[in-house]
Order: sequence, then C-alpha cells, then structure tokens
Amino acid sequence: MSHHDHDDHGVSRRKVLECMTWAGTGVLWTISGGVPRSLGLVDAAQAAEKAAPGLTFLQISDSHVGFDKPANPNALGTLEEAIGKINTIPVKPSFMIHTGDISHLSKASEFDDADRIISQAKLDVHYVPGEHDFLDEEVKFYKERYGKGTRGAGWYSFDAGGVHFIGLVNVVDLKAGGLGNLGAEQLEWLEADLKGRSKSTPVVVFAHIPLWTVYPQWGWGTEDGARALDYLKGFGSVTVLNGHIHQVMQKVEGNVTFHTARSTAFPQPAPGTAASPGPMKVEDAKLRSVLGIASVNFKMGDERLAIIDTPLQG
Amino acid sequence: MMRRDFMNRGAGIAAATLLVLSFAGSAQAETFAVSIDNFTFAPVEIKAKVGDTVTWTNHDDIPHTIVSAGKFRSKTLDTDNSFSFTFTAAGDYKYFCSLHPHMTGLIKVE
Repeated sequence: MSHHDHDDHGVSRRKVLECMTWAGTGVLWTISGGVPRSLGLVDAAQAAEKAAPGLTFLQISDSHVGFDKPANPNALGTLEEAIGKINTIPVKPSFMIHTGDISHLSKASEFDDADRIISQAKLDVHYVPGEHDFLDEEVKFYKERYGKGTRGAGWYSFDAGGVHFIGLVNVVDLKAGGLGNLGAEQLEWLEADLKGRSKSTPVVVFAHIPLWTVYPQWGWGTEDGARALDYLKGFGSVTVLNGHIHQVMQKVEGNVTFHTARSTAFPQPAPGTAASPGPMKVEDAKLRSVLGIASVNFKMGDERLAIIDTPLQG
Repeated sequence: MMRRDFMNRGAGIAAATLLVLSFAGSAQAETFAVSIDNFTFAPVEIKAKVGDTVTWTNHDDIPHTIVSAGKFRSKTLDTDNSFSFTFTAAGDYKYFCSLHPHMTGLIKVE
C-alpha cells in the first residue's frame, strides 16, 4: 500500500518522490509484536488503538533552532508546532528520539530554545548529534547537555519494551571527499554491544546521517556504514532511523529497513534535483504544505513500506 | 631656503613611498577570492605565490568550514562570513569543508 498526496511543485521532483515524502513534523513509531511500524501523527489515535500493548515512540529530527533564512525564517516556531502536534496524541508515547541538528550553529541560546520547546512534550528524549551540534568553539555544548552516560562523541545503547536501541554518531572526523563516518572505535564498541545478544531481539539503530548511501554526490551516506550493518546481519528485525536529508526516504534490504525522517525546520531537495542540498525555499503559503505530516507503516513480510503524506496545511 | 628644503624633503618622501610601492608590486602579493555557493568552492583550484592571501566567503544559507589538514582551519562560517589565510610556504594545500566533506578545493602555492 502506498499513497502520495503531495502538492505537485515540479515534475522532476514528483518523479523522484516515488518513495519519499517531504519535510514534516515527526514520525510516530510503534512496536507491536517486535515489528516497528511508523504512523503519521494525524493517525495517532488509530495508532494508539492498534498498537495497544506494544511500545510507541516518536522520532523528530533536524530542528535547526536558530535557522532564520528564507526557507523558514522561524524554525523555532515550526518546532513548537511539531511539539504541539505530539501533545495532541491521546496515548502518551514511551519516549522520543531526536536524530540530530538540534541547533543550527551550536549556540548555547539555540540549545536553550530547543530544550525549552522540546521539553513541553514531557517525554524522555534520546538524542544523537548532527554536524550542526558540534560547531561551538570548544565543541562541548552537545556533550554537556545530551551526552551524559554516552561514549566517544556520544554513542550509546539502551533497551526498551524488548527492543534494543543503538544511538550512533557519524558526524565527527569526516574525511575530505568522504561521507559520514563512524570510526574504528565506535565500530568496535558496536560489535561488542551486539555480541551475544539474541538474534530475535528487534534492533533499532539511529544516527544523524543516513547509514546507507543515499546520494554520495551530496555526501548523503556513511563511509563505514556497511561495517555497522555487517554486525547487524542475522538479526531478524533491524530498523535504521536517520535524519540529515530533510525528507522521508525508505529502503528495505533483507532484514533491514532504512528510513529517514523529515525536518521540523525546512525541506531539502530530492537528490540531484537542485544545484545543491541547501535549504529549499518554497512559497511562504506553501511552507506548511511541505512541512506536512507523513505516516509510514510497515509489516514483516511486506515488500514495500506504505507512506501516507498529510501536509500540515493545504 | 626654508621653503626649498621643505619641498625637497617632500619630494624625498614621495620618492621613498613610490619605492616601497614598487617593491611591494614586484613581490606580487595578491589576494584571491574563493566563493562558496551551492556547496561548491569557486574557483575550485587557485595557483598562488608565497605571500599571497586567499579569502573564502560563504554565500550559502548553511554554514561551512575551510580545513586543510595540519595547515589551517577556519571557524564555522555562517552566511556571508569570510576567512582569510596567507600562504607563507610553497606546496599543494588540499582543503575541504569539515561539515560537508564532499566539498573540496586546492590552493597550489609556488
């Protein structure tokens, strides 16, 4: 099942959009019987019913607090709208993950603003950093605020509802000409973290930059992501959640489902449809139509993910 | 007498100034501009001489950095921010943006 309800802004974009949606506010994830499903926020009520005994969590990404350029002069405002939506979900999710680029320039005031808004969801938030979160002179704000109990640049794992969650960092020590980077130390830790774990344990891996190669010409991929995925071979259910590219994109490969979340700040173009991956300016009246809500459903055995886009407006 | 001395002195200063200017000119210390637009350094390669300066200016709505491993590293350049580096030694300076490593450039200094 697949349904697309985009405003048709451009032919080429529509073509590429076969399996992707535009920037939105957040994804509601629910795990029922060990299989993660993601649902749009508008479907939250139904989701809560369907997922009754399972684990439900949210993903938001790329809030870029501090961004004030034409693509969205008020990124804090749209983050607030996203949190407002989350607060209308009738059944409280267990927690939220944020897949990075909390801030735009790593200013203390940006992190303060983000925390002030995100805390209104009254949920535990598990963060991983984006490259925009390590821009302060001493590179200490992210670690101080979000890195407690983490290793290296901020990686960690935890268990919830029978699912093993792994937060990875692929935005530091990037090499010239390369993509995202996990590095030897983190890969070693990952291998050890997974060793001896029952292969029937559902695993959710989240990191900022896509772990799979989406579009290397724009740096959308992770140099040593394949090594991380090697360690996940044999697990029955692996879900990889990323951000960074400000649009929903999905891929299923064997036991692994890849999904990138929308931004709460601004959309970015589909791969190769613009001169650069920079913020995409749409007409003011259409901003919320590209910041619309998308819901994603997948079930074990389904070959394709089902995507339902619902714009915030229009 | 007094007036003539003054005039001579004035001419001397002018000549000295010219001399300095012409020396500076013969050293050909130039400033090159590299523009960052659409996640691209332009021009992507520059041939410079020792003593020349390169100034990078970010015109994107996304911050970038200029990093040449072990040689120089800019702060994060927000929109319209610039970074300058004066090259004091010959060599090939490969550089990239540490946030978007697919962005690369080269300064060849002779």
